[in-house]
Amino acid sequence: MSDVLLQTRGLARSFGPMKAVDDVSIAVRRGTITGLIGPNGAGKSTLFNLLTGTLAADSGTVMLGGADVTGLSPDRLFGRGLGRTFQIPRPFARMSVLENVMLAPLRQTGERLWGPFLRPGAMRDDERRIRDRALEVLDFVTLAPLADHPAGKISGGQMKLLELARVLMGDPEIILLDEPAAGVNPTLAGTLIEKIEELNRQGKTFVIIEHDMDFIMRHCDPIIALAEGRVVFEGTAAEAQANPVLLEAYLGTMADA
Amino acid sequence: MIGLISYLVFFTTVATILSIAVLGLNLQWGNTGLFNGGVAAFFGAGAYGTLILGGTPQEGHIGGFALPYPVALAGGMAAAGLLAWLVGRLTLKLRHDYLAIATFGVAVTFENVMRNAEWLSGGARGLRGFDRPLQELFASPLAYNAVFLGFVVVLLVATYAFLQRLVASPFGRLLRAIREDEEAAQSLGKSPARVRLISFVTGSVIMGLAGGLYGTFYAFVSPQDVLPILTFQIWAMLIVGGAGNNRGAILGAFLIWGAWTASGWALSRYAPVEAQIYAGSIQYVLIGSVIVGMLLWRPQGLFPERLVVSQRGRHPVPAAAE
Repeated sequence: MSDVLLQTRGLARSFGPMKAVDDVSIAVRRGTITGLIGPNGAGKSTLFNLLTGTLAADSGTVMLGGADVTGLSPDRLFGRGLGRTFQIPRPFARMSVLENVMLAPLRQTGERLWGPFLRPGAMRDDERRIRDRALEVLDFVTLAPLADHPAGKISGGQMKLLELARVLMGDPEIILLDEPAAGVNPTLAGTLIEKIEELNRQGKTFVIIEHDMDFIMRHCDPIIALAEGRVVFEGTAAEAQANPVLLEAYLGTMADA
Repeated sequence: MIGLISYLVFFTTVATILSIAVLGLNLQWGNTGLFNGGVAAFFGAGAYGTLILGGTPQEGHIGGFALPYPVALAGGMAAAGLLAWLVGRLTLKLRHDYLAIATFGVAVTFENVMRNAEWLSGGARGLRGFDRPLQELFASPLAYNAVFLGFVVVLLVATYAFLQRLVASPFGRLLRAIREDEEAAQSLGKSPARVRLISFVTGSVIMGLAGGLYGTFYAFVSPQDVLPILTFQIWAMLIVGGAGNNRGAILGAFLIWGAWTASGWALSRYAPVEAQIYAGSIQYVLIGSVIVGMLLWRPQGLFPERLVVSQRGRHPVPAAAE
């Protein structure tokens, strides 16, 4: 049974002499919330950028749903069912919250230059459908009352929810979240994780990068730990807690800092 | 009296034509965030293209080809679009200030080529031999100019309607998303390179239309018509009117063209004779001051961009009223 959704083999990327990601082979199983953890400089963000197509790998492969997607651009990856959010939220600031969300669906009739003129009827139907769906998704992430607000004027936590809503519009199979809880007030962080867990029950797969060990231990299973660009641990949360090597690698570095 | 009316018709025609160019720049900068510093080149490509295709055969340079006027005008627009496509393929990877420098260079190059490639453009003497369409049907130049004004107003309205429709459509949403954050848009499956190129070419075709009409109106174009100052004038119009707002773009065109014309007139009338030779430079200083002042004190322009453009939410009752 092939239940591996996202997989890397021998992935590597250097910046000058520094091997940021060094021979990383991981497998993310379908239906999991996989946590990716490691101290600062462990290569989490570089790995994340390799998985999302923002960076090109020096060597190694990335497989998504059994297909080789190494080197595909982020827009292509979104089309193949991989969504991502950003560590520092990137809303389309001078657009409304609703427009932010309505942007995401692919192949919209009105997205072509001539769409509004040659196929106005099809565009209107499309728009009605997309708007309904967008409002549903905004309801889900509790942002519907802010639909007409400028996306640049909502709180940081709300922006993280907005990014999740945007990604959901593309109905991806797997969603990569870059430090979803960082800098978010506890109430909104609670809402966010609640929504992530609900989506996970509906079958979505998540990969979460987090700095916060406690967050990862509580919400993610399995856990993959990186240190100095390499995978140093792969296993369940319980195993992670009992793993002296991991605790030392992680907490040791934290203590040095 | 006739003199005044005739002058007003002249003024309004030029302001209307420039409005069309400002609308083209608004699509690029206001909606997509593309810093086109070479407006004069695309405007010029439209003017030269139209006059070469629609003019009577001349000694010394190619054309004119005496094509029917609509074909010539469309050809001028196509020339601007083709130039934009070539320039866009080469430079659209560049970010804001670098794109501005590169396109500014394109415009300077364009002017120099027009000044020196006599076989193509007639060189510094400019392109002549263009008969304004249907002119023989009108008894007086004023009557012709009034009808021509009607023609350019119709084209301005059509361009405005086209762009308003576009901006309110999902395509407009896409442009604004690229403007706001390219990387985020790409993470949502959009192709920034493609969208930027489409916007750049479309905006430049509109500038080409403006240039074609300008050339038609004067039945003449020379390198003096495509100097960098034209780019700055068009930019001042957009910044004063309000980037991202098409109505603002048109208002800005009329205001700045009015101020430019009035300052030119005032300088020629009231400036001391010794200062007359500097009058042009003083106008340059004025236009620069307007741009800087506006950016400092009212960067959103007189007509700021509207926030919600494509679709609204459920109109919830504001919290305070509940």
